[in-house]
Amino acid sequence: MGTRLRDMIRSIRACKTAAEERSVVAKECAVLRNAFKDNDQDYRHRNVAKLMFIHMLGYPTHFGQMECIKLIAAGSFPEKRIGYLGLMLLLDERQEVLMLVTNSLKNDLSHTNQFIVGLALCALGNICTAEMARDLAPEVEKLLHSNNSYIRKKAALCSVRIVRKVPDLVEYLTIPASGLLTDKHHGVLVSGVKLCTELCQANELALEHFRKHVSTMVRVLKNLVVSGYAPEYDINGITDPFLQIRLLRLLRLLGKNDADVSDIMSDILAQVATNTEGNKNAGNAILYECVQTIMAIEAIGGLRVLAINILGRFLANRDNNIRYVALNTLVKVVSVDTQAVQRHRATIVECVKDSDVSIRRRALELVCALVNETNVKVLTKELVEYLKVSVPEFKGDLTAKISGLVQKFAPNKQWYIDQMILLMVEAGQYVTSDVTRSLVVVISNANDLQSYTVRTLYRVFQAWDGQESLGQVTVWCLGEYGEMLVNSSNALEDEEPLTVTESDVVDVVESVLKDSRVTSTTVAFALTALLKLSSRFPVCADRIKALIFEYKGSVVLELQQRAIEFGSILTKHNDIKGALLERMPVLDEATYSAKHEMGVDGHHSTAAVASEPHANGHVKQPNGIGKQPVANSNLVDLLNFMDDQPSNPSLSSGDTLLDLLGDGPIGGGNSTVSSAKPSVGGADMLLDLLSLDGPSPPSTTPAVTPLAGLLDADPLSKIPLGNLSLDGGTPKGPPAVVDPFADLMSAPAPSSTPAPAPGFPSIVAMQTSGLKISFDFTKSPESPKTTIIKASYSNLSSNPFTDFVFQAAVPKFIQLQLEPATSASVLANSSNSVTQVIRVTNNAHGQKALVMKLRVSYKVNGQNMLEQGQVNNFPAGL
Amino acid sequence: MIHFVLLISRQGKVRLTKWYSPHTQKERTKVIRELSGMILSRGPKLCNFLEWRGLKVVYKRYASLYFCMCVDADDNELETLEIIHHFVEILDRYFGNVCELDLIFNFHKAYYILDEVLIAGELQETSKKSVARVIAAQDTLIEHAKEQSSSLSNIIAQATK
Repeated sequence: MGTRLRDMIRSIRACKTAAEERSVVAKECAVLRNAFKDNDQDYRHRNVAKLMFIHMLGYPTHFGQMECIKLIAAGSFPEKRIGYLGLMLLLDERQEVLMLVTNSLKNDLSHTNQFIVGLALCALGNICTAEMARDLAPEVEKLLHSNNSYIRKKAALCSVRIVRKVPDLVEYLTIPASGLLTDKHHGVLVSGVKLCTELCQANELALEHFRKHVSTMVRVLKNLVVSGYAPEYDINGITDPFLQIRLLRLLRLLGKNDADVSDIMSDILAQVATNTEGNKNAGNAILYECVQTIMAIEAIGGLRVLAINILGRFLANRDNNIRYVALNTLVKVVSVDTQAVQRHRATIVECVKDSDVSIRRRALELVCALVNETNVKVLTKELVEYLKVSVPEFKGDLTAKISGLVQKFAPNKQWYIDQMILLMVEAGQYVTSDVTRSLVVVISNANDLQSYTVRTLYRVFQAWDGQESLGQVTVWCLGEYGEMLVNSSNALEDEEPLTVTESDVVDVVESVLKDSRVTSTTVAFALTALLKLSSRFPVCADRIKALIFEYKGSVVLELQQRAIEFGSILTKHNDIKGALLERMPVLDEATYSAKHEMGVDGHHSTAAVASEPHANGHVKQPNGIGKQPVANSNLVDLLNFMDDQPSNPSLSSGDTLLDLLGDGPIGGGNSTVSSAKPSVGGADMLLDLLSLDGPSPPSTTPAVTPLAGLLDADPLSKIPLGNLSLDGGTPKGPPAVVDPFADLMSAPAPSSTPAPAPGFPSIVAMQTSGLKISFDFTKSPESPKTTIIKASYSNLSSNPFTDFVFQAAVPKFIQLQLEPATSASVLANSSNSVTQVIRVTNNAHGQKALVMKLRVSYKVNGQNMLEQGQVNNFPAGL
Repeated sequence: MIHFVLLISRQGKVRLTKWYSPHTQKERTKVIRELSGMILSRGPKLCNFLEWRGLKVVYKRYASLYFCMCVDADDNELETLEIIHHFVEILDRYFGNVCELDLIFNFHKAYYILDEVLIAGELQETSKKSVARVIAAQDTLIEHAKEQSSSLSNIIAQATK
């Protein structure tokens, strides 16, 4: 028969250790299981109560779920009460057992005892599923008209849940809900107003309907505000703040975008805003809600001033809670009235330094919203000052925000560069690679500031403390502009003169190279910088060579490869070294950001297919892995795609070079070929690895176009932090470069793919979570109107698609002809495995662009799926 | 809406949990562990709000217990504090100067009261008095049922003697 509930709790509490507790609970559970098995009816409610306690301690209790259902089905109130409680605690809406109670609930909803109806409504309101909501909505709706306020209020909140689960039922509940607004009972009013709010949020028609009732709500609110002391609902001298807040919230929805309705409520809003006492939490809660309503509706100016003044008072409050909500609201207000918020700037900046993380976050967001061209210098200074003393957890957020602001509002480039350097000094480990990359782009574009930048970097670097970003930028700039440091050219007016020798510069790079705190990426930066310096500073050439050679045995493949490749350049190719190591051409910000955004949008996959013949199409392809010529622009795309990888894109590949030197038109003699052999072999293996293990190669960056002279003209070098990357040394020249990448993107080798028409990059016509459709275009020169589109279907999910049907529709001026697809099923995780040819004739060629609507139906796990979409992003000229 | 209500003791023990939006048992345990770590470590002078996974957790400490409610980001935090206080006052009146032990041994009663205050994560009654009234009425119903059954079992016991 077991112990009493109280005794069980006592014995569990008496346990000294967790192990002891576990054993007591295990014993209890065993007793309970037996009782449940024996169908012990007398103590069932006590057993379920025990189970709930055990559940609260975090032990599994699923074996008791059926007992709750039995209790609910039992007749008496005590059993039902504990049964419903158990149902709500032990189950949640995802358990199918819940279906079994639908009938009991239905019976109890029409019970004569109000408390049993109340239990059923409560359970339904807390855990009902969409199905139950649909089944029982008529019963609940009936109860909204009950003459018992206890049942009405519960039915109203139960309806809130029903509407959340089944939004179609909004119309059904709108009329009964408006009946609740005239109720006398506060509980019903609070629940009824909530229900109306929920309906308005769910449906525009309901919103229109309740706009007609706005005067009723205003009246209710007015009665609350002017009524005298009502002991039952009074909180700190305010009558029913909960109801007031709910009414204000509903008014906010109704008054938004409706000047007439806003007008009706403006008097009462003014009254609430002026008459509510703000010395207690309840009053402030109402004021807070009222301010939000005033700012959201079509309010008149005077009312807004009132609201902003309230926020100003909040901001000056000593209570952190009030300051928090003030900041929270000001963020929303800032777009409406920036001037008013600017007045509180000093206070807000103070809040960024608060000891409370919740307040700091809000304040930081607000400060960022307040920054503009005129105050950016002051605010940035404040924030950077604070950055020095802030707690480490907050530095990441703060750094990201500051760099965003500096980037957006910088009045001139010099200030931008100064601030970024400062930021890297103060919080270098939090500066992301995106930020350093755009800094480098700016430096490369600012011809007159390059020498200034490199000198500033050199100065601050004396106090370098292992900050990754600072190390990378410094090393990159030294590699590119190191000689400016030595010549001291282009000094700005107020700059102190600086004398630096060649070996000082190499010292800096060496210190980064040898530092144990930096990652191999930064070391790779340093190696490249050394290589570049070797041509700028012939005096240090031997030292540089020695430094680079130290990495020939590096355990990091990337570094080892670079060291070997760079070593070859230094020892064997002095004739072309100068040209090869010239300064990077100016990095194009627009292209960079365009490419970058493209990468962010996830359209980068389009770049996988090459489109234009290579500028150096005559390059010999020794092993014939890749047959297609590749366009430079695509290489850029590929590189950009890889930008997200930790390792940085390649500037030039020694191997490719060697290979080309051996076989290509410029030629360095046969000896070079043989000397390059070992590394060619290594890269070959790498290539194989890549093809085998598509999804997870460390970093694949295509090797770059052949020759030194080309390097400058090559769009590739638009990638800012040019460096070699892991498989930069793919030995096959440009075509091979595409292959490992294509393998990444798709399983089948693309070598059978016919080269798409020049000038028409392929596009992604449709992309959903599981399905991707991309289009390749070909056009025959004799009929410019006709385009042959090859649609490739990729299944990104792990379930196969069957009965795959692709349909397309076009406007009248286009003719469309669909050929059958290669297969009606798309294998799981397959890429471009099924293709279909679409022939399109554009009769308005040259006047109108192609458009197409797509409809795709298929089955996954026996379930029918339908996707539709429109393709507007056809390349121009089709 | 209120997504869940948690009562956590200063030692991190859970005293009451009520979930209004679906969470699996595993998620529940994780949420409780995560939040109790965050809340218990906060100093006394800080604000009562925590931004957490796109939602807000409003908490308040009463003696040895932390009352926490998780609400949507655009809900009124100050009002949520007031709801917590409302619930605490009702508990206080029912138990007469409520303490943690009352809530441990009568945890089911605390749940019954909560169910009279909130449904579907929304406030249903703003009058403490009427909550007290309906809870008392239901308790009487239970007492009646108990008396009846004990008198019934007495009769049966006597009859079978």
